[in-house]
Amino acid sequence: MFDVEKIRRDFPILGKKMNGKSLVYLDSAATSQKPRKVINAISRYYRNYNANTHSGVYKIAEEATEDYIRSKKKVAKFIGASEWEEIIYTRNTTESINLVARTWAEQNIQKGDHILITEMEHHSNVVPWIMLAKRKGAVLDYIKLGDDKASLDEAGVDEQLAKRPKLVSITHCSNVLGTIVDVKAIAEKAHKFGAKVLVDGAQSVPHMGVDVKNLDCDFFVFSGHKMLAPMGIGVLYAKRELLEEMPPFLGGGDMIRTVLQQDFTLNDIPWKFEAGTQHIDGGIALGVAVDYLKKIGMENVREHEKALTLYTLERLSKITGVEVFGLPSQDIDRRGGVVAFDITGVHPHDVATIFDQEGVAIRAGHHCAMPLVVDILKKPALSRMSFYIYNNESDIDKVIEAIAIVKKKFKISDTLKP
Amino acid sequence: MSIDIYAEEIVAHYEHPHNKGKLEGADAQFHDFNPLCGDDLTIYLKISDGKIVDAHFEGVGCAISVGSASMLTDLLKGKSVKELEKMGVADVVEMLGIEPGPARLKCATLALKTAQKALFVYMKKDSSSVSKEL
Ligand SMILES: Cc1ncc(COP(=O)(O)O)c(C=O)c1O
Repeated sequence: MFDVEKIRRDFPILGKKMNGKSLVYLDSAATSQKPRKVINAISRYYRNYNANTHSGVYKIAEEATEDYIRSKKKVAKFIGASEWEEIIYTRNTTESINLVARTWAEQNIQKGDHILITEMEHHSNVVPWIMLAKRKGAVLDYIKLGDDKASLDEAGVDEQLAKRPKLVSITHCSNVLGTIVDVKAIAEKAHKFGAKVLVDGAQSVPHMGVDVKNLDCDFFVFSGHKMLAPMGIGVLYAKRELLEEMPPFLGGGDMIRTVLQQDFTLNDIPWKFEAGTQHIDGGIALGVAVDYLKKIGMENVREHEKALTLYTLERLSKITGVEVFGLPSQDIDRRGGVVAFDITGVHPHDVATIFDQEGVAIRAGHHCAMPLVVDILKKPALSRMSFYIYNNESDIDKVIEAIAIVKKKFKISDTLKP
Repeated sequence: MSIDIYAEEIVAHYEHPHNKGKLEGADAQFHDFNPLCGDDLTIYLKISDGKIVDAHFEGVGCAISVGSASMLTDLLKGKSVKELEKMGVADVVEMLGIEPGPARLKCATLALKTAQKALFVYMKKDSSSVSKEL
């Protein structure tokens, strides 16, 4: 049974106040809050078995190494990877994408080659490719948004794939629109054209069941901090054969087997990509976060967020002067728990500041997706609320109240929609 | 000092801004952009005998940046160039009658910063010599 009130009690921060009001946290797409179990795992590590992994021959170093590897096994299973050696730990989604850009792409993408992304990518899946394209003289293409300004233009996918890109790098779920992309279908087509496929799972893995084998993507990336784990731990999954062939990323300790004065040999995967002392406590805590999510069940997480999103769309539809972005309620199966909105005539930063005074944390800005927000949706900024397992309908009711306060302060008439 | 950032006065200035629009024949002008919020502001000054005789602004932004630009252009009229040069965060806070808080301070001070840059360019000084606190 999914019991949101029971879950809420696992998150100490939800008992805090912000500006004298009970905290209503609606910015989980930026970063999630952490349950006591995860917070305690970090403290337990430093109290009991903090030691540098791999090289230590003493007991607590062995324990730390074992727990770190156990965490990779949990993550591998959680996303359906066949081997834990296919799980590389990085700092975050951004670093995972940059790793691929600096290794596999550096080797495989040359002058005149095409790289294909979409118009709804986060800057972390845009800028590394602009950098690569500039470095190599490659061409960066975009799959456009359809007329609904919420989902990808189907015809555009085929059109762009016909240019035979070497790499297709796409988000699984948009952090602005909430749109869930059918990456499995795109990957299948892309592979027919000989492309490799990278999926940005930063907004999917925390919120829905993901199976990388079923998606058949070549690279899959996400951040621990958006899925209950600490900041500074992220994941790159890649198929074994790719990881074996890829050149190393950073050079240093642990990524080597032997070092001579003028040469070195590489360690096995995954260590080949983990140079230097790693975020061991973060990795271990990520394993604990995965356990926590599995216990709830990703199906239940998804159902809960669907229900909250539907409730939100329904409540917002009754208010005049509020524009909502993304797919409509009937497409809830293709929509994650992210609702971007705009109160006509009020700048999103003013909206967020008034919400803040009411204890409600939402985000305002371009959400690291300027090509989408500024160029396509034609807004300098948007307000956004995003949900997770600990949000309830009462949180949404607070949003509705806060919107009324914004409208009152800005003297926007509050007529009900017919 | 009001605790409510959105005191009536700021919202009134935002909705009915004073001195809005291009100032023809301006002696000094500067355009600035804050990519974080998307605030976009141009300040125009007419200067005569070391005094600001007229001030206008153009642009889009949040209530705090627009309200601040509207109030500042009112305030600058009749002030000496020296007075504008010396203004700082405290003057903006006093003018607005609110403490915008660290998250919104940049919005509140954008107008003053832009006005000072306009002045520096007019005086053939480096516009980046504007006070770091703004
Ligand atoms: C879709 C998407 N991709 C990538 C990122 C970047 O994540 P990080 O900052 O953890 O690297 C985010 C975070 O906002 C995101 O929402």
